[in-house]
Amino acid sequence: MAGQDCLAANEWICGEFVRTRSQELVDASVEHLWITAASVAAGVLLALPLALLARRWRAAATPVLGVTTVLYTIPSLALFSLLVPVFGISASVVVTGLTLYSLTILVRNFLAGLDAVPEDAREAARGMGYGPIRLLWEVELPLAMPAVMAGVRIATVATVSLTTVGSIIGYGGLGNLIKEGMQSFFKAEVLTASVICVVFALVADLLLLGVQRLLTPWARAAKAAG
Amino acid sequence: MGTIPGAWDWLTTGANWTGTDGVLQRLGEHLALTSVSMAIACLVALPVAILLGHLGKGGALAVNLSNVGRAVPTFAILVLLVVATNSARYWPTVIALVLFAVPPLLTNTYVGMRQVDRDAVEAARGMGMTGGQLLARVELPLAAPFVMSGVRSAAVQVIATATLAAIPGEGGLGRIVTAGFAQFDTPKVVAGAVLVAAFALLVEGVFLLLQRLVSPARKSRPARRPARSTHQMEFT
Repeated sequence: MAGQDCLAANEWICGEFVRTRSQELVDASVEHLWITAASVAAGVLLALPLALLARRWRAAATPVLGVTTVLYTIPSLALFSLLVPVFGISASVVVTGLTLYSLTILVRNFLAGLDAVPEDAREAARGMGYGPIRLLWEVELPLAMPAVMAGVRIATVATVSLTTVGSIIGYGGLGNLIKEGMQSFFKAEVLTASVICVVFALVADLLLLGVQRLLTPWARAAKAAG
Repeated sequence: MGTIPGAWDWLTTGANWTGTDGVLQRLGEHLALTSVSMAIACLVALPVAILLGHLGKGGALAVNLSNVGRAVPTFAILVLLVVATNSARYWPTVIALVLFAVPPLLTNTYVGMRQVDRDAVEAARGMGMTGGQLLARVELPLAAPFVMSGVRSAAVQVIATATLAAIPGEGGLGRIVTAGFAQFDTPKVVAGAVLVAAFALLVEGVFLLLQRLVSPARKSRPARRPARSTHQMEFT
């Protein structure tokens, strides 16, 4: 059988591998996707109050941005290892680590987006009797949306790719297969898992671009008019 | 003993610094890995990006390449190269780090070249400068701070990412982290992480100092630090 041959010959591309291990590939993909989604979602939920805090009290902006910048000099390998004593060997370690990393991008972009809201728009909304929450929700956030979504897209793509490092504690989604394949020099396993991972990142980026278009219909109208 | 005092003890124990898997050895390996990778990445990325920026062409390519680069896990590239060459030696790690560093270098350098004041470029053209003179005397000096800050941020990221080399068993400071992890020795893991972060921050400091030394002209003007664009941020 040609299919069996490619496994025996340890070829890079092997249909037989995909057929016989499809369940494993699906399980790893599901783990990969939920770890990524949970991390980015937690990152967005944390980044918004942090950005608002940094904007409200300018004195807080420097420490907030400083801490999130120092975070990215801590290697993922070390950060995951450091969180193990806190959570034990569990997916929480990877999700927490990835959330912290996503903050470096998200807080910066959220703050840039909020800073770019024209003061006139704020004044107009206040004049129309908008309270602070309604102002934020109906005026500032929609106007900050391009920068916010750019941040979410970068953070998501980076998180998809960084999830693989979670394999050092066994919660790396497709990274688990990459690491397993490394230990047994199993080419098809390494390549298949890597390719799926890249495809996930690119598809997620395109989906979020679609969401961004839906959320900012005026941007397209302006471009068409200009 | 607590983790932090434990890590301090580990770092201040002389025996941990010497020997074949001591800090000094690992630091040397880390430096060798990252400096060679950065040098190759700069040799590849900077001339291409400077030329594209000078010609004003290929901007979409330069920017999109960085997005695609972010989507490809460095860990996957590293393992692919290790499996392909059947070894966990030096060059797979260097190649993986070069592939990691080139896209952001290309993007940042290109963007830096395009941020050069167009009026200055037009004026130089009006004075009859050739393309080469324009590049060497106007564009490069004006773009240098942006280019340098791109190189600096890439260097810091490469230093943090080089720890991944420890997973297939290559050297560097990552080995202290993986060894500590394997021995359930959390203080050692913390010590390894601190060493990498300190190394990265030290390199960042050296680059900032170099930037200040290289561009004395900027001292006399109000500080207009190149904004670290949100797109430069990269995970490691």
